[in-house]
Amino acid sequence: MNRKRVPIRNHQAEAALFSRRAIVSIGIVFVVFAILLVNLYSLQVTSYAEFQTRSNSNRITVLPVAPNRGLIYDRNGVLLADNIPVYSLEISPLEVRNLTDTLDRLHQLLNLSDDVIADFNTRLRQHRRFPNITFVDELSEQQVALFATHQHHFPGVTIEGRLQRFYPHRDLFTHALGYVGRINQQDVQRLRDQERYANYAATRTIGKLGVERKYEMDLHGVVGYQTVEVNNRGRVVRTLDFSPPEPGTDIHLELDIGMQKVARDQLQNRRGAIVVLDANTGGVLALYSNPSYDPNLFVSGISTVDYRNLLNNPANPLINRATQGRYPPASTIKPHLGLLALHEGIITAETRIWDPGYFTLEGVSRRFRDWRPHGHGWVTVTKAIAESCNVFYYDVANQLGIDRMATFMGEFGFGQRTGIDILEENTAIMPDRGWKRARFNEPWYAGETLSVGIGQSFWTVTPLQLAYSTAILATRGERHTPRLLRATGDRHDPIYVEPYGLPPLKDVATKHWDTIHKGMEEVITSRQGTAWTAFRGATYTAAGKTGTAQVVRIEDDTIERPDIQDVEERFRDNATYIGYAPADKPEIVVALAIENVGGGGRNAAPVARAIMDYYFADPQQRQLKLLEIQQRRTHADD
Amino acid sequence: MQTTEERQRNPWLAKLHIDGPLFLGLIALAIVSLFVIYSAGGQDIGLVHRQAIRMGVSFAVLFVVAQIAPQTWRIYAVPFYIVGIILLVLVLFFGEMGKGAQRWLNIGVTRIQPSEILKLAVPILLAWYCARAQIPIRFWHVLAGLILAMIPTMLIAQQPDLGTAILVASSGLFVLFLAGMSWRLVTFGGALAAASLPLFWFFFLREYQRQRILTFLNPETDPLGSGYHIIQSKIAIGSGGLEGKGWLQGTQSQLEFLPERHTDFIFSVFAEEFGFFGVAGLLILYGFVIFRGMLISMRAQSNFARLLGGSITLTFFIYVLVNIGMVSGLLPVVGVPLPLISYGGTSMVTMMAGFGILMAIATHRRLVISQSG
Repeated sequence: MNRKRVPIRNHQAEAALFSRRAIVSIGIVFVVFAILLVNLYSLQVTSYAEFQTRSNSNRITVLPVAPNRGLIYDRNGVLLADNIPVYSLEISPLEVRNLTDTLDRLHQLLNLSDDVIADFNTRLRQHRRFPNITFVDELSEQQVALFATHQHHFPGVTIEGRLQRFYPHRDLFTHALGYVGRINQQDVQRLRDQERYANYAATRTIGKLGVERKYEMDLHGVVGYQTVEVNNRGRVVRTLDFSPPEPGTDIHLELDIGMQKVARDQLQNRRGAIVVLDANTGGVLALYSNPSYDPNLFVSGISTVDYRNLLNNPANPLINRATQGRYPPASTIKPHLGLLALHEGIITAETRIWDPGYFTLEGVSRRFRDWRPHGHGWVTVTKAIAESCNVFYYDVANQLGIDRMATFMGEFGFGQRTGIDILEENTAIMPDRGWKRARFNEPWYAGETLSVGIGQSFWTVTPLQLAYSTAILATRGERHTPRLLRATGDRHDPIYVEPYGLPPLKDVATKHWDTIHKGMEEVITSRQGTAWTAFRGATYTAAGKTGTAQVVRIEDDTIERPDIQDVEERFRDNATYIGYAPADKPEIVVALAIENVGGGGRNAAPVARAIMDYYFADPQQRQLKLLEIQQRRTHADD
Repeated sequence: MQTTEERQRNPWLAKLHIDGPLFLGLIALAIVSLFVIYSAGGQDIGLVHRQAIRMGVSFAVLFVVAQIAPQTWRIYAVPFYIVGIILLVLVLFFGEMGKGAQRWLNIGVTRIQPSEILKLAVPILLAWYCARAQIPIRFWHVLAGLILAMIPTMLIAQQPDLGTAILVASSGLFVLFLAGMSWRLVTFGGALAAASLPLFWFFFLREYQRQRILTFLNPETDPLGSGYHIIQSKIAIGSGGLEGKGWLQGTQSQLEFLPERHTDFIFSVFAEEFGFFGVAGLLILYGFVIFRGMLISMRAQSNFARLLGGSITLTFFIYVLVNIGMVSGLLPVVGVPLPLISYGGTSMVTMMAGFGILMAIATHRRLVISQSG
């Protein structure tokens, strides 16, 4: 039909029509290409800067680089806090094909504990955008070797090395040095508040206690930055720019490892604390609290079991007894009170008091007893110190009154922080009327004044306070704040710290100091002196004062003092001692307290003697001892 | 004029049935492709090897097809189309999955992608159909042609393979347009298509396709999800600037921020490394190939050859448009490769077969003196 109606086709016209349509098409193609090009021009030329920036922010990342923490040395240059390499196992989840399977196989290969995977999954949820997430924080050498041989089975899993704090002497310096631990939420908040958080961008640990905490700013250093090119999975492809971190400052302490070891050896398994000061500078030569613990436990996060064990240990190793332990000072404060009595003119060096073995106070039925049942007879202040006569001091205290005693003892630092350069310090208690009113809402009783006169009642001191006050006694009023920091900076060219402290006690007359010093020397030189036995045969002169603090008051004077062997341990007396040497030109000061061991003369004085012996020993012998310590440490490392 | 042309022709090329300019254009694109694939594939020479082999195969197909007189295809127009449709239906029931769509059909020896057959079968059928009728074609021819084109288009869209569906549909529409469907119909059809877009949206698009279009309209709403591709692609193109970052220096591609960088998004790699100058050069190259294709079609001696050649050429243009429009954020993401440059073989073979037909149209002149339709 169709064909019949149009028998002849006009091929020319048909070709011409096609050509017109084809030319229109070419025109459309041209216009469309022009549109594409205009759009590309707007992307590549007009908006070039914007896309250039976005491309760079895609690929360029700035990575913080942690500075190496400053090292800590003792006064001999022995390393107390080191940085050692540790290896962690890192997983980049984006590069792992089957995460669950990989974790299971790693768990099996490295023989990991069960909670590792759960912990990892928690971190994974928290840090979803991080390219790398830690799976195992610290690999043992064996685990490193095991993984290295199987690494090709674990794409996306890598071993990363870093430096971590290590305390080679373990529990020896814990209470002075403190330790570093993982930065926690409170640390972050504090750092933010102080606008120091940026500096910790790459840091894992922060000083938590002791010197590590106090000198955190010096030890930490300044964070460095590495500008790197990363791929879409966050993996670093190459480094574009590197501004290295500034390592933390090294710190040199006044502590002497040899003396510290003597202190530990002396205390052994007895609870207590020893503080040794340089009498003329306040430098802390030894600060040891027993029992101690290994600070390395805390560095990469202490396990719950370890921490519970420390917390529940009845001997309370976590407490720094040297600066936080509160002990009744007992007779160790007799020199101080004697000085006050002389200074106030209540007594002179010649004043004699009759000691029948007890003291009675008007209106108080109870007898205040001396420790020697039949008394010391006629007693001067020097004899009262040497033989530790209580009755003499009951009398003196009664005349002085609590107000004068509390004020004067405040000048010796009691009831206050000494300001030692660690933050864990207790004020202990120097009781007075105001304190008692505030604490118990009760008036002050005269009988309590007498107890304060022999360092009992509510009066408590820390061993550090005792040492500080003894240094004031020894130097006739010089008041150098106890200080662990000796110097900072390079080992071969350190910057030494100048001693600092309160202004000296000036208005006490020289002769009064002489009298008190004589009393303290007689503690050691007099046959009746309470530390005569302990210091027999010393090659140097020394002065001191023993103290025996009653833990429970024995109220009735008719009862004979029980033999200490029969008393349950926790009711036994605390032994305390203060001393300095040489007697004529004091160099070192020792103060210590040992819990529940009995009398200070028998138990505390010999400890001070051992420390002073070490101090005055032939320098060559001391050197040998140091060498021995160093060697033992190297062997322990093997 | 015809004789002058014959004389100017390289007799050697003519004997091989190769059109020199078109061939040069294709070779140039192939060379660009190998260089960009080396860069985009992370400098994996193995990838380049494999692509070179595919290109070799494709060019071989081109040579073979070029030897076949274009009129020959008229005979096979109907069976070719019917077989194609049957295979498409089979794919719907027995097809194998690949990239989230059911496209492949396992015929024992090898796997074939029936939709590729339709890319040629539809223009051949419609060119045959329209050439039989008188040009310009009438309304009823247009309607019949539309139906013939839409059957395979719908089947392919069901797989779902929107990219191929668009290409198949366009190849049919181009034949109808070149065959002189009235401008009134063109305008009306365009208006009707625009009006039916919401219908299309609700009844034909799958959820992921709708998502893609939403993302295209506002990619920054989901920068890490579905918007990621297009954002990274635009960053790559834009950061290339006027002169580009240099070959192998594109950070977006080398550092793998760009997705699908050696396949659908290879243009972004090219734009990043060679800049606006490179991009303009590439478009000129494509323009040249298209222009040459249209010229060959215009010089063809039968309506069938004209319509077929024109449709093949313009469909090639649609590839370029959809791909570049997609990666530069002008069009929604539709899986269409950058012709002759993207890594991959299936669609390249079809495309080269198409160019083979164009070569044949250009060189088999003497044999086509027929007057009959």
